[in-house]
Amino acid sequence: MSFLKKALTKSPWVFHLSTGSCNNCDIEIIDCLTPRFDVERFGVMLVGSIRHADIILITGSMNKKSVKRVKVLYEQAPRPCAVVACGTCSCGGHFFRDSYNTDTPVSKTIPVDVYIPGCPPKPEALIAGIVKALGKLDEKRKNR
Amino acid sequence: MSKKIIPVGPYHPLQEEPEFFQLHVDGERVVDIDIIIGYNHRGIEKLCEMRTFDQVVFVVERICGICSISHPSASVNCIEDCARVTAPLRAQYIRMIIAELERIHSHMLWLGLAGHFIGYNTVFMWAWKYREIVLDIFERITGNRQSYAMFKPGGIRRDIKKEEVPKIINELGELERSLEMFRGAVLDDPVLHARLKGVGILTREDVITFSAVGPTARASGVAIDVRKDDPYFAYDKVDFDMIVTENGDVFDKVIVRVLEMFESVRIIKQGLTGMPDGPYDTPLKDMPPGEGVGRAEAPRGEVYHYLRSDGSNTPARYKVRAPSFMNVATNAVSAVGQSIADATLTLAAVDPCYCCTERMQAVDYKTRKKVYNWSDLVRLSQEKTQQLKKKF
Ligand code: SF4
Repeated sequence: MSFLKKALTKSPWVFHLSTGSCNNCDIEIIDCLTPRFDVERFGVMLVGSIRHADIILITGSMNKKSVKRVKVLYEQAPRPCAVVACGTCSCGGHFFRDSYNTDTPVSKTIPVDVYIPGCPPKPEALIAGIVKALGKLDEKRKNR
Repeated sequence: MSKKIIPVGPYHPLQEEPEFFQLHVDGERVVDIDIIIGYNHRGIEKLCEMRTFDQVVFVVERICGICSISHPSASVNCIEDCARVTAPLRAQYIRMIIAELERIHSHMLWLGLAGHFIGYNTVFMWAWKYREIVLDIFERITGNRQSYAMFKPGGIRRDIKKEEVPKIINELGELERSLEMFRGAVLDDPVLHARLKGVGILTREDVITFSAVGPTARASGVAIDVRKDDPYFAYDKVDFDMIVTENGDVFDKVIVRVLEMFESVRIIKQGLTGMPDGPYDTPLKDMPPGEGVGRAEAPRGEVYHYLRSDGSNTPARYKVRAPSFMNVATNAVSAVGQSIADATLTLAAVDPCYCCTERMQAVDYKTRKKVYNWSDLVRLSQEKTQQLKKKF
């Protein structure tokens, strides 16, 4: 019940940021919005601009070109916001940590609150992660 | 009217190769287009050279998520070509079944997104809903919804159990019913005819000039399909048709993909019933020095892998060429002369991703002021459909 209560009392808007992923994580995020999972029931909405976001879902292995972009985008996000690293790529770098063109993990560039491992994580795991991020958001609000 | 530039991209998170389009527009018309690729570069080829041949298949699986089996398909073909082994027949059949399931789910995904861009959100939701049927089958037989890790050089990792077969055939029946619905929805809807016919035409000559492949080429009357031209896996043992249409517009690209899904269902059914018993894996003992090439027909066209081995346990060189590389270039001709409302659709028709919002902005060339953003463009596209709907 606590999940429902939390989700219904606050509708988090999420922004999806890809930093050089293989798309699977991104597809699973969209999948959460489609009929089987349909998180919009709980007010979770994917927004088009980071300026509206409560939660940033970050996927991918942090390509060197995207580092700068991600930093700029993160600065534009309203505070407090929670950052969720979706997928092994953004959590720990996957095998892309050996690559010459990535700067993994994501937490080197921006602070990450919730990690969802998996390649790709299942939509259930993503939803659970978003719910955890809500807890983090609450904490951040209290500490302000 | 002053010339404006609309940058599109560079990040399309659902596309295997993020690219950056700059549309030069004069009022409503697109007069020129620049395509810049090379974003999202993760050094996959170099990573392959650091991995053993078994691991290479995992690495290439992570090139693209939508068709996450097409790169492994080409990769196993390539490694087996170099090592001069052939996988057992059962493995070939199962590989083919997986590859075709993948094609259905990829085309469904595209159909949904295309529906979204022209304002048919119902199509979007339906397509993604019925796509789950395929994902469920995948989860049962491979253990994961995507990134299946099913292929290995010399065979496959997991067998399809006997009791699974009737279940899968049953679910395919359900899928076919939903595909029928989509076929009806596309062929009988006058609004869709008006909206998609004659938009983004790609002629046969253009296809040949740009070496476009896959459904993009087949929609323009170029009959090219690796499954027919150079059969790999068990494609020479099943009966299916290559779908080729003549007009090369967005409508034909939709038709090709929808009809291809029916063919895929046919192939899977034949594969499941015709699959022989026996081993599904041959051990790959050693790798002689030499070269290998592997081809596979991905949902978007031909994937080509090249490998050079120096006799060690890692490749000395690994080269990947994905189909979108050629297909994306065709936008240079198909989008020019279109209105901006059609440009979104035309760019989407070769199957890149448009899900990521705010990737597209119209910028006034002189002042650099934002004119349109991506959601405005989607809105423009959707409004055009609405107007057409009123007419009918
Ligand atoms: S974690 Fe896996 S599925 Fe997600 S982006 Fe990385 S490679 Fe792709």
